[in-house]
Amino acid sequence: MAGHISPKSTYYAIFAALMVLTAITVAVAFVNLGSFNFPVALGIAITKATLVILFFMHARYSSKLTKLFVGTAFFFLAILLTLTMTDYLSRGMKTYPGGAAGSGYGVRTP
Amino acid sequence: MAEALTAHGDHGGPHAHHPDLQHHFDTLEQQHEAATLGMWLFLITEVLFFGGLFLAYMLYRVWYPVAWAEASRELDITLGAFNTAVLIGSSLTMAMGVRAAQTGKQRATVVWILLTMALGLVFLIVKYFEYKEKFEHHHVPGVNFMFEGPQAGPAQIYFSLYFLMTGLHATHMIIGFFIMAVIAWMAHKKRFTPEWYTPVEISGLYWHFVDIVWIFLFPLLYLVDRAGHFA
Amino acid sequence: MAMSITQPRVDYLNHEHTLASWLLTKDHKRIGILYLLVVTAAFFVGGLFATLLRLELATPAGDYVAADTYNKLFTMHGVTMVFFVLIPAVPTILGNFVLPLMLGAKDVAFPKINLLSWYIFTTGFLFTVYAMVSGGVDTGWTFYTPYSSRASNTNVMATGLGVFITGFSSILTGLNFMVTIHRMRAPGLTWFRLPLFVWAIYATSLVQILGTPVIAITVLALAIERFLHFGIFDAALGGDPVLFQHMFWFYSHPAVYIMILPPMGAISEVIATFSRKTIFGYSFVAFSSLAIAIFGFLVWAHHMFVSGISVYSALVFSFLTYAVAIPSAIKVFNWTATLYRGAIWLQAPMMWALAFIGLFLIGGLTGIFTASLGIDVHLHDTYFVVAHFHFIMVGGAIMGYFAGLHYWWPKITGRMYSDIWAKVAAIIVFCGFNLTFGPQFILGYLGMPRRYWAYPPEFQTLNVLSSAGASILAVGYILVGIYLVASLFWGKVAGDNPWHATGLEWTTQSPPLPHNFETQPIVTEDAYEYAVREVKVG
Repeated sequence: MAGHISPKSTYYAIFAALMVLTAITVAVAFVNLGSFNFPVALGIAITKATLVILFFMHARYSSKLTKLFVGTAFFFLAILLTLTMTDYLSRGMKTYPGGAAGSGYGVRTP
Repeated sequence: MAEALTAHGDHGGPHAHHPDLQHHFDTLEQQHEAATLGMWLFLITEVLFFGGLFLAYMLYRVWYPVAWAEASRELDITLGAFNTAVLIGSSLTMAMGVRAAQTGKQRATVVWILLTMALGLVFLIVKYFEYKEKFEHHHVPGVNFMFEGPQAGPAQIYFSLYFLMTGLHATHMIIGFFIMAVIAWMAHKKRFTPEWYTPVEISGLYWHFVDIVWIFLFPLLYLVDRAGHFA
Repeated sequence: MAMSITQPRVDYLNHEHTLASWLLTKDHKRIGILYLLVVTAAFFVGGLFATLLRLELATPAGDYVAADTYNKLFTMHGVTMVFFVLIPAVPTILGNFVLPLMLGAKDVAFPKINLLSWYIFTTGFLFTVYAMVSGGVDTGWTFYTPYSSRASNTNVMATGLGVFITGFSSILTGLNFMVTIHRMRAPGLTWFRLPLFVWAIYATSLVQILGTPVIAITVLALAIERFLHFGIFDAALGGDPVLFQHMFWFYSHPAVYIMILPPMGAISEVIATFSRKTIFGYSFVAFSSLAIAIFGFLVWAHHMFVSGISVYSALVFSFLTYAVAIPSAIKVFNWTATLYRGAIWLQAPMMWALAFIGLFLIGGLTGIFTASLGIDVHLHDTYFVVAHFHFIMVGGAIMGYFAGLHYWWPKITGRMYSDIWAKVAAIIVFCGFNLTFGPQFILGYLGMPRRYWAYPPEFQTLNVLSSAGASILAVGYILVGIYLVASLFWGKVAGDNPWHATGLEWTTQSPPLPHNFETQPIVTEDAYEYAVREVKVG
């Protein structure tokens, strides 16, 4: 009945990786990478989360169904975020040349 | 209830009448798989639960990058980074606790769970001091909110999301703390064996999830603009 | 072998009698009955609100209730019916009762959590009823900001919290069912041998798990905005009130699939049994349930076409909305093909099922009209939309629920109801329903707005027809209640399988044993193997 038992060294290694990644994310935050700062920070966070899910939560050693469930959660979160943003990112777009720009409400220029 | 079990059929084997086997399951294996599946499904709901706030966060960050940058700089990055390390550490101790339960090491299980709780408590204490500082600076949204400059309106939205997201996260941590207390007590009473340690494992899954939420909250709230994009 | 059918000696109803044995039960069958009681009570509460508002609408002037009261009536009618009747009815009553039996299991995966679900549901219901009677809510069941967050001085927070609490019940039930279906099927019961009701419940559970948390956080954020003045929807701070709508409808559109998928599952069972045929295109119907569940998450902003979203995203959502109609249409085609050349046995469940197909078809097609961006600009917030969703919710979901309830009633209670009265009631409900909601399509097309307390006099005739229909509908529903309750005392003993149906639930006694089966069933054939059975019925 036992699930997969990871060696202690695996856990310590993952912990070390997570700490290193945390240090990197803090350090990089102070470097001006322009518009790349956000994707880099997000990418590091996703990497950390993936390590926790795969190794601390044993998803790597779990059934395909479990992996499907994990993927499903983030897939639908992605739908929530991206489909909503199709509205907000296109609010300023004109529907024909020289014409009205949709409702225009909430269009922000930085 | 006793007579109902005879209809169960004879599966033989060492687990047929294991005291922790619930009567509607056939084997401990099936019961364990069901419990872990159930917890993963619950965690899916939690992803979507926090997800709504991440949506609001994303929208307003796109709309108000300057306000987001200014407001984020009001947070203490040292405390945030420290708390991140604390929570990652608590995930390590949690994983070790599950491992100890898996390998039948009763006392070690208790110790690792207590360590997890202690680290969680440290996190919450630091959070308390952060919130207190926010309160003193009038950064709590509502009638007493004060923020200098033209970004005050969107900054109040930022802080609304800050408190909603970290508050929801802290609530989950408090609940997790009490769950861990129960698990620690059960471990202390030697309830767990290598054949049955399911509550430790599924509580562990919950705890790791709460850690993952913070792994995202930290950069999104504390590290918006530390390099002076708009300064 | 003619033998008089006798009541079984021990069943889940009579083996324990105390109140505690009901209130602390872990038996999914008893929990189904507990839900039946609360959902039926909610149906009456929602029906009462509908009665009052249809009374007001019988005359053009606002002369029966005050305008604010009218706003509260339609709001509370919506909240009650959506959250406490339509979403729970088939999954928690029929699903709870029948699912483990269909799977050959002894119970659901987490019986204690199942009971907790009921307690959470009942608490949420009582809390919401309290909010309604102690002042009411007038924002519409959709709670749009900024009215709900800033201006309304009614019990928005309390109602919101009631809905929040109830959402957990939905999540836990969905979680329970999904794990049960994955891990507790009988030996030999592979996925493609499952009855289609199980596929429907599975798809529904998927929606419950993925969607409900989003409305939970939305309602929580609204309550906090109202209570603590955290302003994420507040335009004065630079927030967007339409964000609330995005978050609200991300759940509330898939929620309508929670409401319709389980009744569709029940319809599949009824159509197969009473045509004595396997469902045509079984795998298409099974996959269409999953397709509806997944596609249903991609269309929510079709409720927001005139709220100020961008034209381009409106186009995307309109296109996706057409796409989501396809799996529903597939089901209707397959049910129809099942009926063709079937040996139709017109018992009461079948009458409800046939009514479902026709009325769901109309409701679905009118959904296509509103999916069109150009048309919806004119029809949005008119009675056309009201008629559309009532055809699906009442003509579809409630009829489907009644079909299932009439189908499984003998299994649940061990008794048969009066078939004559059931058929009469089905006809009364069908006529009353069409008279109530048919005229509303025309009213909407002519321009009568919804949620209006008074209207121009030229709309009166159609409104009077609608209100008259509502009274007939009420008679029909009350009649259903009467003969079903009467069957408990004077109904004929049903026997294991009064419909000579396939399915594991019909292989055990009626009412079932506390632990469902004497011995673990083993499955060796597909669902709906009517071709190999020769039973003369009727």
